[in-house]
Amino acid sequence: MTAAAEYTLAELCIVAASKSFANEGEVLGTGIGVVPRLAASLAMKTTNPDLMMTDSEAWMLSEPNPIGSRAPDFVPSTESWMGFSRIFDNVWSRKRHAMLGPTQIDKYGQSNTSALGGSYDKPKTMMLGARGFPGNSISHPNSFFVPGHNTRVFKEGECDFVSSIGYNPARLPKGHSLDDIDIRLVITNLCVMDFGGPDHQIRLVSLHPGVSVEEVQQNTGYPLHIPAEVPTTEAPTQEQLDIIAALDPHNQRAHQILDNPPGNRS
Amino acid sequence: MNKQMTATEVVAQLEDGMTVGIGGWGPRRKPMALVREILRSSLKDLTIVAYGGADVGMLCAAGKVKKVVFAFVSLDFIPLEPYFRQARQSGSIEVMEIDEGMMLLGLRAASWGIPFIPTEVGLGTDVITQNPGIKVIDSPYDEKEWVAMPALKLDASLIHADKADARGVCQIAGPDHYMDDWFARAAVKTFVSCDELVESEYFHDPAQARMVHWERSMTSGVVPIAGGAHPTSCSPLYGFDVAHFKAYAASAKGEGGFKDYVQKYLGASEQEYQNNVGGLDAICAIELPTY
Repeated sequence: MTAAAEYTLAELCIVAASKSFANEGEVLGTGIGVVPRLAASLAMKTTNPDLMMTDSEAWMLSEPNPIGSRAPDFVPSTESWMGFSRIFDNVWSRKRHAMLGPTQIDKYGQSNTSALGGSYDKPKTMMLGARGFPGNSISHPNSFFVPGHNTRVFKEGECDFVSSIGYNPARLPKGHSLDDIDIRLVITNLCVMDFGGPDHQIRLVSLHPGVSVEEVQQNTGYPLHIPAEVPTTEAPTQEQLDIIAALDPHNQRAHQILDNPPGNRS
Repeated sequence: MNKQMTATEVVAQLEDGMTVGIGGWGPRRKPMALVREILRSSLKDLTIVAYGGADVGMLCAAGKVKKVVFAFVSLDFIPLEPYFRQARQSGSIEVMEIDEGMMLLGLRAASWGIPFIPTEVGLGTDVITQNPGIKVIDSPYDEKEWVAMPALKLDASLIHADKADARGVCQIAGPDHYMDDWFARAAVKTFVSCDELVESEYFHDPAQARMVHWERSMTSGVVPIAGGAHPTSCSPLYGFDVAHFKAYAASAKGEGGFKDYVQKYLGASEQEYQNNVGGLDAICAIELPTY
């Protein structure tokens, strides 16, 4: 497959993020938000046809639904009921990989979806709440998507509120090992990272075309592990772009990263 | 047993300081007509347990709430519930912030009459450190520590269903009944508003009976209120009211705040409320959302 000549940064991120799901086999792929959902959908259509997926409401699908309003005669490929209570049965059976977009991610891979600043009793900014993050993080693999890579998201020190468990020895529950925690890829508008550095340090996996190591480090509030060779994030193929376009016919992906820049910024 | 009653009669059975569970999920199938009746009442100091949306936001804004037990409070397409935010950011409410699944376990423990259910969920997070009331315990069977998720015992639950008969057989025909069956079981009394009151014969069709998710012994009262979930959705009957939620969220930024919202919409009765939002036909015509 040859790389496409032109693609957007969102499309580059979707293809990079879809790799999270490629080798997962028969698990529920949950992508919350447009880019993660398209990433899981792309994986199901290409690299991992065994992946399972819901319609984001209450049914399991054999084929991912296109995003947004669909023709009146569209028939979803429903294969089973999957209401919210059953999602927890799935989570706790560990057959799931979720990709989510928290507001903060610290050096331990702990994330925050709950509240910013102030005190816990009186936060400066109340957000969603812990949602399912505590359970997801200790039950199954998780990846993160961050559309705006900066030091507010990747903040110095611990998250203001720790919604999901990470590789923090001080918080490790008795009888558990840090290896029980499984954070996979962190895909941002600048790069792909993981927690594969020494002692689970965050590590640069690839740089998006035109982004420098310095730019990533400057926008991360803690030291990155930088391997000797850092590859460039693989460009999408035309085939992948066509599948993405069919899964996102209203081009919602154009609104996921500020100003919808091209994928190659060199 | 005929359990049919009015929203006013439901609220008359609630008392200050009670712990009240509210069914539904975010902007979906909330018993909003019953919530509105609480807004019109003098009830106060409630502890609310919910997968929260505007139900939680409105009760907080009206000063009815002492404490919220929550995993999220969100209107989905408007991610942050405006009045819940105000309540949190002003420090005016107590909270017990837990994981979505922990709430399910707490409701199950209450339903089954056991003090807690052990789980890994919450370990290593601030859901445990910020909740001294949630204990971490040793297991008699292994060397690990476990979260002992306490029973979330409810004095009352409020739920909205599509259809019910007067004996309390409730049907949720939408694709997801969320955790409403557990809310019904976890409560001393469960009050269910419904879009349509049906004869018991309706359930003689097994396909209809299959969509009944708890036994009628769990239902204490049935309140027929067509459109009673508005502005939240009641799939497959109607979607959530995007325009109304936008106006609701905008009111939180205005000088008059929730008082303006109440003055414009709440009315002295559900009939007045429905007139203020365009009438029942308009509610029933709201398209279902596409996910």
